[in-house]
Amino acid sequence: MGMTLTEKILAKHSGASSVEPGESVWVDVDVLMTHDVCGPPSISIFRDQFGEDARVWDKDKLVIIPDHYIFTNDKYANRNVDILRAFAADQDLPHFYDVGSESYKGVCHIALPEEGFTRPGEVLFGTDSHTCTAGAFGQFATGIGNTDAAFIMGTGQLWVKVPETMRFEFNGTSMPPYLMAKDIILKIIGDIGVDGATYRTMEFGGPGISCMSMEDRMTLTNMVIEAGGKNGVVEPDTKTEAYVRERTNKDFEAVYSDPDAEYHSTYQYNLEEMVPMVAKPHSPDNKATAIELEGTKLDRAYIGSCTGGKLSDFKAAAEIITGHDLKIDTYVVPATTEIARGLKTETLNGRPLIEIFKEAGCKIGNASCAACLGGPSDTFGRLNNQEVCISTTNRNYPGRMGSKDSAVYLASPYTVAASAVTGKITDPRVFIQETVI
Amino acid sequence: MSKQKITGKAFVLGRNIDTDQIIPAEHLVYSLDDPEERKFYGRYALSGVPDEQSGLPKGNIPLVEEDAFESDFNIIVGGPNFGCGSSREHAPASLDIAGVEAIIAPTFARIFYRNSVDGGFVIPYESLENLSQEVETGDKLEIDPERQTVTNTTQNKSYNIRPLGSVADIVNAGGIFEFARKEGMIDVKN
Repeated sequence: MGMTLTEKILAKHSGASSVEPGESVWVDVDVLMTHDVCGPPSISIFRDQFGEDARVWDKDKLVIIPDHYIFTNDKYANRNVDILRAFAADQDLPHFYDVGSESYKGVCHIALPEEGFTRPGEVLFGTDSHTCTAGAFGQFATGIGNTDAAFIMGTGQLWVKVPETMRFEFNGTSMPPYLMAKDIILKIIGDIGVDGATYRTMEFGGPGISCMSMEDRMTLTNMVIEAGGKNGVVEPDTKTEAYVRERTNKDFEAVYSDPDAEYHSTYQYNLEEMVPMVAKPHSPDNKATAIELEGTKLDRAYIGSCTGGKLSDFKAAAEIITGHDLKIDTYVVPATTEIARGLKTETLNGRPLIEIFKEAGCKIGNASCAACLGGPSDTFGRLNNQEVCISTTNRNYPGRMGSKDSAVYLASPYTVAASAVTGKITDPRVFIQETVI
Repeated sequence: MSKQKITGKAFVLGRNIDTDQIIPAEHLVYSLDDPEERKFYGRYALSGVPDEQSGLPKGNIPLVEEDAFESDFNIIVGGPNFGCGSSREHAPASLDIAGVEAIIAPTFARIFYRNSVDGGFVIPYESLENLSQEVETGDKLEIDPERQTVTNTTQNKSYNIRPLGSVADIVNAGGIFEFARKEGMIDVKN
């Protein structure tokens, strides 16, 4: 019997020739990532369990990326960064991306690929549920808690239950010009539900995958957790290889699902038939097409986060926003400092993206998670009242972006930008057709 | 641990209770080590649940009364997909700090379930039926892990729960570190 990509990685890292869904195995960890929210308690448990003088199992494999509550006056939040700083110094960690330093990056899930930590065939754990983003690179990547992270810090290992794999096949050879990966994943989550992939892997493949950029693929795998998935994975190809090789010299060995691998289920989607999608409040699976919701009044638009704050997301938003005044407050937050630089260097019709956003009246934030998950009350873009927001972020449960009286619609950067221009939920095809023709 | 009966008062919630509702992100800044700060995780446990959905079927019942740090309710009964969302271990920890001992739900989100078990915070019991539509907040429950039943002594009804399966050893040990130490897998202090 063949194995899926995920099964192969777990077998290889547990020293077994094969593994089967349902069995528990102990795997060797290639990379452990933590950030400012879950890093301090993980460090505390590590010290408590292994001793005050204990050293991490492999300092080259521990990556610490503060990103959640960075630009706030909250003294407790700032203390968290101080704890990371002291730990990185004490353990002499080479991969600490300190706030206020040259190396500061921003959102961990985008920083990891940028810095070459998302390598095909490897095992990555992170103390954040969206760690599954790295599956876009053919890596086994999943989110864990503080106790599990502390266990890895001391041992380099963790137990994993081998998940069943659900396969999602994309047909078609190009993405329609109005379609983004966010539309595709919102459609899939809407189809299978927020617990439709619980304890399972979501594997994305088929001919349509090859036309998707690494950023598109990251949007798909980022949101598998919103369907309950343990990890998401895309088989590596030449695009994967090129992206990773550009960013690391480390060796890696890509693995691929066997043709006779056994799947829990298989789904087919035709890219050419897909349309802009929205998740209504208060759940990522509360799906509707953008057309169905046209005219829904909004107070705010938000473009940012690990799933919607990449350079390709801002290029898309700028295509629509350029030359328009915005009807509602619109927040733009690049995921990382590299993307923030890209906003200045990347141009549309000869104009830097950042100028397009500024001229339209957008409020531009520093690279970080910002208001994606609420945070302290002074967080940039946070919803503090009954605002209705359309957002490129990945989660819209009650109170996610701040006040539990607020309401969040999730959509692609195209749809969010189109809605920012009109002040109401708007299908972006109205604007895309203008641009294309 | 898993062999002992748990008795107490039920607090009932609906489906898809996510980790932001269990402990909103703005409260994740307190230190879990400092006994004074730690108490705030108890105070704000389940504070993100919309009021009308907090303490079903009536609603508008907080798990923890205003200005209190612990709850009178020690068993949560939830709908499907309990604990979805973020990987924050502060979520099961906050329920533990508030005095919750067990959660009964038909299904749990993977990371929350794992964090509950590996950190030794609360015991997640999977029920065969969706008891959130049967039990009322304030009902007295008795969980019997050996018989794999939960009895509602207020309504005089009994239901089945699933065995803990492969995680029972970790639950019984009190967490992943205690388990690993017992198994001789790691050489750690204590």
